[in-house]
This record gives sequence, structure tokens and C-alpha cells, in this order.
Amino acid sequence: MELLYAMTLGVLTTCGVYLLLRARTFTVILGLTLLSHAVNLYLFASGRLVAGAPAIVGLAERSADPLPQALVLTAIVIGFAMTAFVVVLALKAAVELRNDHVDGENPDEDRL
Amino acid sequence: MNHALILPILLPLITGASLLLLYRLPFGVQRLAGIASTLGLVLLGTWALGAAGGGEYRLYHAGDWPAPFGIVLILDRLSALMLALTAVLGFCCLLYASRGIDRRGAHFHALFQFQLAGLNGAFLTGDLFNLFVFFEILLIASYALLLHGGGRARSRAGLHYVIINLVGSALFLIALGTLYGLTGTLNMADLALEVAAAPAGDTPLLAAASMVLLVVFGIKAAILPLLFWLPRAYSAASAPVAALFAIMTKVGIYAILRVFLLVFGLGEAPVNAAAWQWLWPLALATLALGGVGVLGSDSLRTLTAYLVILSVGTLLATISLVTPATLGAALFYLIHSTGMAAAFFLLADLMGQQRDEGYDRFSVVAPVGHRGVLGSLFFLAAIAAVGLPPFGGFVSKAWILQASAGEPRGLWLWGVLLAAALLTLIAVSRTGSSWFWRPGPAAESRPLDRGCLAIVCAMVALNGVLPALGEPIMAYLTLTAEQLMTPQAYIAAMLPETLALAEEVSP
Repeated sequence: MELLYAMTLGVLTTCGVYLLLRARTFTVILGLTLLSHAVNLYLFASGRLVAGAPAIVGLAERSADPLPQALVLTAIVIGFAMTAFVVVLALKAAVELRNDHVDGENPDEDRL
Repeated sequence: MNHALILPILLPLITGASLLLLYRLPFGVQRLAGIASTLGLVLLGTWALGAAGGGEYRLYHAGDWPAPFGIVLILDRLSALMLALTAVLGFCCLLYASRGIDRRGAHFHALFQFQLAGLNGAFLTGDLFNLFVFFEILLIASYALLLHGGGRARSRAGLHYVIINLVGSALFLIALGTLYGLTGTLNMADLALEVAAAPAGDTPLLAAASMVLLVVFGIKAAILPLLFWLPRAYSAASAPVAALFAIMTKVGIYAILRVFLLVFGLGEAPVNAAAWQWLWPLALATLALGGVGVLGSDSLRTLTAYLVILSVGTLLATISLVTPATLGAALFYLIHSTGMAAAFFLLADLMGQQRDEGYDRFSVVAPVGHRGVLGSLFFLAAIAAVGLPPFGGFVSKAWILQASAGEPRGLWLWGVLLAAALLTLIAVSRTGSSWFWRPGPAAESRPLDRGCLAIVCAMVALNGVLPALGEPIMAYLTLTAEQLMTPQAYIAAMLPETLALAEEVSP
């Protein structure tokens, strides 16, 4: 399970960073989303991976660490709000600047 | 338990939320509510300065959960200082905005209160994850405030600002996950003990986490490779927002002080040594770049943005010498530079409005209305910003130079700091002479807003009062620095039962 988990994290982060370095806002936002998924999974794993154990001490022999789960919930909510905001901002910028390049000007078209 | 300690967070949070719910209220009432809440924060800040002045730590256990399990707010001298500074600065900015700029977009007053709540929370919290949450609160408010007023330049700068800070947040969480995975706690005092007692095998991972945190705080504070978002964002923001943002870089510096002196500062071989090693050259380079940037700016707002960068460089270079004397001097400079950068942003707006064309751009030669008043004010503000007597800048720089003179590396700081000050002096003299001497008198006179003028005058005057009150302030700051250098006391206050353990692992 650990190997699969680590590989998932690696692939998500790689794709996220690659998309983040692209020149158009849409791909950058996709990259941010993938990166935040990777970060949430990473945070979740910081309490160690336990399968089939409740997050309450005393119910079973083994119990999962509840704190990272709470942290991840907070991080998901914040990440969700931030993504919504950046999508709206990117749309606003695309309308006002008439293109969706991250620098606000398309190097191929604007400089005549 | 004294509930006053959570008021600096609750008061603006409740005011902001009510302003959002009651957005149909007449604009004057909203304005008044915002100003009243910020005035309350000024009073709370004054109370905090007195409460922390004796040197004891004041704690607030949220929900009465004991540390390290619950979320703890902790007030010490540094937190109190930052609270008071934020409140006074916020009050000045809000008064300036209330002269008309707040009408240019929706929900200005609510957002302003949320921003203050986030700032105060970040200064008070004793928990690293809580620090992250308050960072996000102040950031999301700042995203919206930056866009206040609309326009192409703001959308463009806003996009960069938001994206780089979102990446910063992702890195922050990665560092937190690593720290939690290694130590099983996020309470700063508990974390400090765990880090100091960590087995040797964990050291590389801890060092990695500390460096990731340094990058995160470096983005907020704008250290050299991470500062290129700042000039565009700060110069695009509307004047009172940019003035409030003068404290935002200082949040990064506060976090660096708190985390690297406390969390990574204990043990036989403290983890923070690597961070200071990196900070020193980077801060000097930031300082040098700030000086060059000031000279090369194309508008007064960009010049002010580079003044902010210059102050960050000065602060971090002084701090990374890590002695009580340099820390105290750096804190004095922090107060001075925050106030002056804010006053300059407001002054740039005030003067820009009086010019016939070009607003605050240097490439345009245009007469300025009310030359006598604005010229004198600019002259005084420029003297204060460069650090000439009799203003606060002179005292703070003299203290920094004196404190760093004893250090072998201090000479580097002397050279770079004085050269950057010379560049600033040239840049502001050029601005003053080309704006007030070269063009003739203004053809038509525009009304000068006396309220705005009074606020900027008051801010410059406050800077002049700093050296007059120099002795008590310096005494307070010296005690603050000593408190920062003894993290054991912080841990003993937060976790009384582990007092014996704290003394065992002290450096």
C-alpha cells in the first residue's frame, strides 16, 4: 500500500508542477489543483497509513491518528475556496486582458 | 482565563462578518463600524503592550483544552508589538480609505476587517497549523483587497500574487506534514522539544522541513529569489491597500523569527543554523537589489515597493546575525520602515492626484498643485525614509550599525546598508526636484483633501516622535529581543509540566 501511495503522490506532484509551469491560466489552475490533491494526500499520510482502524482510541486494538484527518479536512476546505477564487480571478483577467496568458499578454500575438 | 486575548481576532472577524450580512446598511454606517472596530484594535494593542511588558507570557486555551492538545493563543512582547503596530497602521489606512477610495469597489470594509483578523491571529497563535490557517485568512482577504477598484493592471498583478501564494500554501502544508509525521505535534513549544530530542536519523528530514518553511516565509517576506511578485502587486494596489500591505511582508519576518528562534532553535546542534547561513547572503542581496530597484523605478509607487524590499533585506540581514542587540535594532527598524513605507504609498496617491497628467509616473513632467504644502511634506517624508536625523530611521539605522559593528560579518552589512541608503537618497532627491522644481506652477488648482493630508502628516510626525521616545522604546525592544533569545521561557509558559525537560535540552 505504501508503495502505491507514494507513487500516486509522486505522479500527482509531477503533473501538478509541470502544469503549473505552463503559460496559460487554465493549465496553471489545473496544476494548482493537482498539487493541492498531492499535498492533501501527503498530509493524510503523515499520521501513518492504517487500514480498517477507527480514528477513536479504545474502540479497537489499533487506531488511526485522527489529527491528520482533521488537518486534511481544513486544508481541503481552504484549498477549495482558493481554487474557486483563482478560477473567477482568471476568468476576470481573461475578459479584461483579452487573453488567458499568465503574463496578461500573448508573446506570439500582441507584440506586432 | 482572560478572554481579552482572543478579542484582537474576534472583534474584526465579527465586525467583518456583520458587514457582509448587513451590506444593505447605508455606506456611512459601514464606514463607521469599520473605523470603530479598528479603533478598538488600537486600544487592544495598547493593552497588549502593557500586558506583555512585564515579561510574563499570557495564554488563551481555546475551548479550555490544555496545551499541546488544544489550540493556544500566546501573547509575548513581540506579539504585542506586532498587534499594536498593525492596529495603528490599519487605523491610518482605513481613515485614508474612508475619504472616498472605499467606495470604488464592493465590501471594502468587510475585507479590511478580515485582513486585520488574519494578521492578528497570525501574531497571536502558538500552533503551526493555526498559523497556516490565519495566513490563509489574511491572504484571501488580501487577494480581494488587491483587486479593489478593478482595472487591467490589478487583474494582472493579482493573478501572479494569488498563484505564487497558493504555491506557497502548498509548500507550507508539505512542511507541516513532514514535521507532524516526524514529531507527532504541531504546537510550537512541544515541537521545539521534540525537534531538539529527535534521533539523529531524523535530522535531514527536519532540516528539509525547516528549509521548506523558510521558502514559504520567504515568499511572504519577499527575500531575493522570491520577491518578483511584489513590485507589480504593490504598485497596482490602491493606495490605502498598498499601505496596509506594508505590514504583510513583516508577517513573513515575524514567522521567521518565531519559528526559527523557537521551534528549530533548541538542542545540541540546532536545526536553524542552516537557515541563518542561507538568510545572511540572500538578505544582503535583497538589500542591494532594493537599492538598485529604488533608483531604477519608473513611478513613485514602484519606488515605494522597492523601499519595502530594501527594508526586508535590512531586517533579515540584521536578524540573521542573531544576537540580542541586533534583534532589538531590527525590531526598531521594523516599526520605522513599516510606517514610512505606508506613508509613502499614501503620499504617492496624494501627489499623483494633484498632477495634471501621468499620476505618479516619473517619465511625465507635469506641474503639481499645492506645491508648497506637498513639497514640504515630501521633503520631510523623504528625509525620514532615507534615515537622516531627526527621524526614526536615523536612530534605527544607527542602532543597527552599532549592534552589527561587533560582529566580524557586520562590515558587509555596513557597506551594503549605507550604499543602499545613498541610492535611496539619490532616487528621492531626483523625484523631489523633478516633480516640484522642474515644471511651472499648476494651471488650474485642484481641491486638496485636507483629511488625507492630515493623515499622511500624522504618520510622518509619528515617525518623528519615535526618536523622541527612543529610550523607553529601545528598552522595551531590548527586553523583547532577550525574550526571543530564551525560547525555554516560552516553552515553560506553554507546557508548565515539561519545565524540567526544557532546562535539560537548553542550548
